[in-house]
Amino acid sequence: MIRFREVSVKKDGQAILTEIDLSLSERRIGIIGRNGSGKSTFARLFNGLETPTNGSVTLNGQGGSKALRRHVGFVFQNPDNQIVYPIVHEDLEFGLKNLGLGKDEMRARIDTVLRRFQLEHLRDRLTHQLSGGEKQMIALAGVLVMRPRLIVLDEPTTLLDLWNKRRFMAAIHELEQQIVLVSHDLDLLDGFDRVLHIDGGQVVADGLPDPVIAGYTAGAQC
Amino acid sequence: MLSDLYVFGDSLLHRARPLIKILALVVFCTGLFLFDHWAVIAIAGLMVAAGFAVAGLRPHHGVAALRPAFWILVAIFAVQVWLADLALATFIISRFALLILAASLVTLTTTAGEFVDGIEAGLKHAPGWVPKTRIALAISLTLRFIPLVRSVLIEVRQAQVARGLERNITALLVPVVVRTLKHADETAQAIQARSFD
Repeated sequence: MIRFREVSVKKDGQAILTEIDLSLSERRIGIIGRNGSGKSTFARLFNGLETPTNGSVTLNGQGGSKALRRHVGFVFQNPDNQIVYPIVHEDLEFGLKNLGLGKDEMRARIDTVLRRFQLEHLRDRLTHQLSGGEKQMIALAGVLVMRPRLIVLDEPTTLLDLWNKRRFMAAIHELEQQIVLVSHDLDLLDGFDRVLHIDGGQVVADGLPDPVIAGYTAGAQC
Repeated sequence: MLSDLYVFGDSLLHRARPLIKILALVVFCTGLFLFDHWAVIAIAGLMVAAGFAVAGLRPHHGVAALRPAFWILVAIFAVQVWLADLALATFIISRFALLILAASLVTLTTTAGEFVDGIEAGLKHAPGWVPKTRIALAISLTLRFIPLVRSVLIEVRQAQVARGLERNITALLVPVVVRTLKHADETAQAIQARSFD
C-alpha cells in the first residue's frame, strides 16, 4: 500500500500539489486531469522523482527516494527518453546492474520478461531502429526486469498507434503488480478499481471509475 | 558512430576484451606517428586489412568509416601538396586513413555496453574521487543520443521546409537545442527512476 500523508509540492513559490492525503491499495488505479493540473508531479512522487515540500510518501511503511525507486517502476510517455543504451539487451541490463545483480541473474530475468511478451527477437536490435510500439514495450521490459511492486505509467500510450496501444495495454492488464496509470485516454481505465481526478493540485474526485470519469467529462463540455 | 556501425559477429576481434582493443588501438596509433616511414604505413595497412578479414568485415564497412572524414582528408591533402609535395601529402592522408580504419575496427566489433565496460575496467585503478560509473554512463548516453539528436534535426528541418523556410541555421538550431535539452532532462529522470545513484 502506498500512503501519501498531507503531501504538498511547491516549485518557485507556486503550489503544484496541495495537502494530498491518500492511501492507495487497489491493484489498478487511474489518474486523470487537465494539462497542468499537477497529475504528472503527483505520479513522480510515487517513486521519488519528486520529493514533497511538506508531508511524506511511503510504500508499505518505507519512505525515502531510494526505497521508493527500488520498489516503484516508472514508465515515461516517450520511450526515447527512457532507453539509455543503444542495444536492447544492454538497456535491459542497466537497471539490473544498478541493483548489483550478477550476470546469470540478469540474463535469467531478461530472458523471462522478453519471452513473456514475445520480444525475444528484439534482444540484439539497436534501440533507435525500433518502432514506437517496440520501444515502449522495451521501456516497460526495462522496468519489469527490476521486479517492482508497483508500476507508474505516465501517459504511456500517447505516442502509440491503435494496434500498439492495445498490445501495450494487454500487457499492462496481465501484470500482477499494482498499477498507477496517468492517462488522457479514458477508455484505458476500463476495468480499473479506482480513479483519481486531479485539478488545481488537489484530488477533486476519488472513487470508482464511472462516476469520477462522468464528473470529469461533464466539466469538459464546451 | 558506435551504435550505427556495430556489426554483429563472433570473431576473435568481437570476443576480445574491449580494454585490450582500446589499448591496442592506442599502441597502433602511437606507433604510426612515431615512425615516419613508408614501410610502417605498409605494415600498418596490412595489419588493418588482416583485422578486417579476421572480423569478417567487408570493404564497404571501411568505406563507410572513411566517408564522414572524406572532405577533411581532401583538404589536408590539398594543403600538403601546396605546402610540401605530392609524396608527403599522400603519406599524411594514408596515415590518417589508417588511423580511422583502425579505430573503426574497434567500433565495428564492440557494442556500446562492452565499450563502456572497457572504460570502466580501464578506470578500475583510478583514485576513488574519479566517478567511474558516471563517466561510463556519460559515454553510453553520448552514443545513445547521437541518433536521437539526428532524428530531431531531421524532424525540425522537415517541419521548417513544410512551412516554406529555406536554410536558416538559427531557426534550425534553437528548436533542436531546446528539444535535446528536454530529452536530456527526462532521460536524467528516467535514469534516476531505474535506481541509478
